[in-house]
Amino acid sequence: MNTQNPAAKNSLLTPFNVTVGIIFLLGALITFLRFTKGLAGVTNLSDNNPWGVWISFDLMCGVALAAGGYTTSAACYVFGLKRYHSAVRPAILTAFLGYALVVFALHYDVGRPWRLPYPIFVQSGTTSVLFEVGLCVFLYLITLFVEWTPAALEWLGFRKYRNIIVKGTLALTIFGVVLSTMHQSSLGALYLIAPSKLHPLWYSSYIPLFFFISSIAAGLSMVIFEGTLSHHFLHHKMDRTYQSEHNEVVLGFSKGAAMVLACYFLLKLVGVALDNKWHYLLTGYGAWFLVELLGFVALPCFLYAITVREKNLKLAKYASILTVLGIVLNRFNVSWFAFNWQLPAADRYFPSWMEIAISIYIVTIGVLFFRFISTKMPIFYEHPEYREHAPHEGEEEEGPEFTEHKLHKHPQTFGH
Amino acid sequence: MENQFYTLHDFLVYTKGAAYYLMGLSVLGILGFWLYITGRDEEKDIQ
Repeated sequence: MNTQNPAAKNSLLTPFNVTVGIIFLLGALITFLRFTKGLAGVTNLSDNNPWGVWISFDLMCGVALAAGGYTTSAACYVFGLKRYHSAVRPAILTAFLGYALVVFALHYDVGRPWRLPYPIFVQSGTTSVLFEVGLCVFLYLITLFVEWTPAALEWLGFRKYRNIIVKGTLALTIFGVVLSTMHQSSLGALYLIAPSKLHPLWYSSYIPLFFFISSIAAGLSMVIFEGTLSHHFLHHKMDRTYQSEHNEVVLGFSKGAAMVLACYFLLKLVGVALDNKWHYLLTGYGAWFLVELLGFVALPCFLYAITVREKNLKLAKYASILTVLGIVLNRFNVSWFAFNWQLPAADRYFPSWMEIAISIYIVTIGVLFFRFISTKMPIFYEHPEYREHAPHEGEEEEGPEFTEHKLHKHPQTFGH
Repeated sequence: MENQFYTLHDFLVYTKGAAYYLMGLSVLGILGFWLYITGRDEEKDIQ
């Protein structure tokens, strides 16, 4: 993995490798326990709390934070904002890995994971919201895979197949946006069936709308956040076009996130007003609701606004972190903290350390895949042989020396 | 804040009235917010 640092080649015992090794060892051990002793062997799930942290974090947060794929590709291909083109591939990759890991995590959470395909192929419950979520995630994962394949095919040198898929980009994008619109909101709609279990401040007949709108803010913020991390760790893999467009991407997405968060904030207030739930704000849960709404919606919205107004890109980083944390907090609140809120403390759910370890294990797998793909394939740069098929501003500005650098890094052009 | 409602009609008149006021203010707020964040679009370059 450490191809950049010659000194690191001498020893595999880097802090990163050791940490990953420990996580993988624990992950393998708990995986063995999970599939030999069942859910009861490793989780604190019960009849009262059949959905735990694997649903709250791996699925609810995973799907929301993977929304960068459809927001970025929609901005670029549907709304024609080509200046964001360089952000599309990293966003699609993040989304693809996010959804793939959601499905991977479901294998741990579902009692009989070999029956996961049943709702799609064997016994479709077409009146169930969960069926719609399953079908959309199934189709969207395939869509994201196809959207991601041009990068892999360019790396492998399969020009012919790559060109066929690139021709379908717009159709794939529209299909992806439709599917995302459906299942992002449907994840919220799952909770419409539980008005007596979910705290009134989080329960609303508009919860599908809240989930969908917040997913847009999550997607935009994840692109900014992931871009910041990538700039720090993968800067050497970025071409000049990506670097020169990055500031525009951050400012444009900050403006979008500010407006979306402002709308989300106001809609949440309207949701409280429509059910006349103001008096709950004076309770403990009300204070927690205000922490989420003011600290993780209004504050990042304000920070994004200042980012755009002052053209201060550093603020966007903090705003994106706050937004991502806010979305995680919201999904945790809906599916965990404010769920079964009337049960006595002894019957409330708290995950076992093994549940948390599996979540960390799955995130680590995602990080490793992202690192492998983005260092091997043209994610943060355009493959020099395919530039004519990826038109965007400023591509002629790149010097020949950089092209040579990229060719040197990617000699796998045996297909043509 | 907690009012007594004797009919569903009373409840809906009250809550929808409050929501409509809030939505009106929201439209004005969003408009002002948009003017605030785009106010300097052509004034400064990126830092």
